[in-house]
Amino acid sequence: MTFSPELEARFEKFLTKYPADRKRSAVIPMLVYAQDETEAITQELIEEVAKRCGVTPLQVEEVVGFYSMLHKKPQGKYHVQICTNISCLLVGGAELWEQATKKTGIGHKQNSADGRISLEEVECIGACSWAPAVQINYDFYHFVTPGQLDKLLDGLAAGKKPEEITEVQKVSC
Amino acid sequence: MRYNPPSPLETPVLSRRFRLPNSQSIDTYLATDGYKGFEKATGMTQDEIIGEVKTSILRGRGGAGFPTGMKWGFVPRTSPKPKYIVVNADESEPGTCKDRLLMEFDPHQLIEGVLIAGLAVGAQQGYIYIRGEFRYLIGVMDKAIDEAYAKGYLGDNILGKGIKFNLATHSGAGAYECGEESALLESFEGKRGNPRIRPPFPAVAGAYQCPTILNNVETFCAVPSIILNGGAWFAGLGTPKNGGTRMFCLSGHVNKPGVYELPMGFNLMRMINEVGGGIRGGKKLKAVVPGGSSCPILKADECDLAMDYDTVAAAKSMLGSGGVVVLDEDTCMVNFALRIMRFYAHESCGWCIPCREGTTWLKKLLTRFHEGQGQRSDIVMIGDLSKNMLGRTFCPLGDAAAMPTIAIVEKFREEFEAHLDGKPCPYENKGSYFSNSGLAA
Repeated sequence: MTFSPELEARFEKFLTKYPADRKRSAVIPMLVYAQDETEAITQELIEEVAKRCGVTPLQVEEVVGFYSMLHKKPQGKYHVQICTNISCLLVGGAELWEQATKKTGIGHKQNSADGRISLEEVECIGACSWAPAVQINYDFYHFVTPGQLDKLLDGLAAGKKPEEITEVQKVSC
Repeated sequence: MRYNPPSPLETPVLSRRFRLPNSQSIDTYLATDGYKGFEKATGMTQDEIIGEVKTSILRGRGGAGFPTGMKWGFVPRTSPKPKYIVVNADESEPGTCKDRLLMEFDPHQLIEGVLIAGLAVGAQQGYIYIRGEFRYLIGVMDKAIDEAYAKGYLGDNILGKGIKFNLATHSGAGAYECGEESALLESFEGKRGNPRIRPPFPAVAGAYQCPTILNNVETFCAVPSIILNGGAWFAGLGTPKNGGTRMFCLSGHVNKPGVYELPMGFNLMRMINEVGGGIRGGKKLKAVVPGGSSCPILKADECDLAMDYDTVAAAKSMLGSGGVVVLDEDTCMVNFALRIMRFYAHESCGWCIPCREGTTWLKKLLTRFHEGQGQRSDIVMIGDLSKNMLGRTFCPLGDAAAMPTIAIVEKFREEFEAHLDGKPCPYENKGSYFSNSGLAA
């Protein structure tokens, strides 16, 4: 399998981080970065990661089934994750989730027909003091209001990138 | 920079650089006593370093509150095996969002803490296990690590003193269970995040079955100040058996939610009213989860207490991970208990039957209850099922699901009864949170 030069460089770094006889440690980091490029975890990717880390494809497969971020089905280009765990629940997270499903007509872990948006009701994403929180791909949005969520979903559906939806700013770092 | 304004009641030790411009950069760090604790530690013996951490009465900030110096002392320093330092940055206990800030705004403080731990036990390799959702933080930490290598604070000959220490980040992929130390190590080794039976503890057989120090981000971040200013100084910031400050994550129905660094033993009601600005909308306080979702809930009249490990334990709860979740009078406790159980049922790794089956059945029972289909006998069954999970699992996830449930059923039984006989949830028609709070725009 061929990957982008950036991902190849990252893989190379992964394989030097761990002791020479412990390459299995690189399995999960490789999968989580590779799936962003390959869009999902395919059988081909499983076999490639197994080969590079010196483990069996089954040893990779069993990991794929365990971790919630690893997915065999492609997600939307923009994976909108809405937290409804306790701190978000208390300040409107569940209402945001309901609003998102109604507005897009798609449900938990489903993709829009054009493949631009997918939704996921997620467990705590570590933004409790700035709740309710939403994550789009890896970007955080804090203190999200229903109006802001509408703007984000409308913008994404209309073909905009999240950073082009200027009314709603992601958390910068 | 930080995500909420600071409070004048804070005692900034770990967070003291958060407001500096470019607080992430090594130049800012070096200009503000950065790596001075490490340099001091290079002139100390291993026993002296561990002794200083013991004197500080620093207790593990991940949740269990185990004395850090004692934990470090368990590492067999004469073992011929390599030794490892592993940072638990898998922050995912609902209600907790402090490690994210510590890494984002002061990454070098964490690196320095890890370096000192390396000196203390003779480790030459460290890993920072960061939850996969915090992808941006992996970038922040990688950049800081690169800077530390460039300035000679990491590598094979640190500061020209012949000290060797290498450090790398490691990405998780979404699993609450991996915040538990032994499951984290399994995951780190590239396996499913199932817990290990203990003993042996990680200090003896941790990463790759080698002696390993495994602590929470906040714990490591306290170490540079302890070495630089002395353990006694740090101990003096807190209460007699609880040294230092704590990053408290205030969330829920308060006017000013945020992460605040307060001395150990800070009064919970003062935290809510003076730091957090009181309950939103002038409503009454109903209950508080004092340290993340796994901690038994405290009723409003139990909240006048000092937030240290021992006082909260005496109130039959836990200080936990520092996640203080505040609930107002309009919160449905059945719904709250259900949301907690949905989380644990989703996150149970399935390794131990009492946890796997218990959380699933409790979720079903609580769902049925909240939908108005509950029976009186279910109230007893919820308690019995929970009690049968306690202490019967490899790791504390089963306990973490059972303890809050038992407390909610015992303390708010009348709310469960109010859902009986097909009666609708008494809190459901209070309108949406946003329409009440004026935040709908």
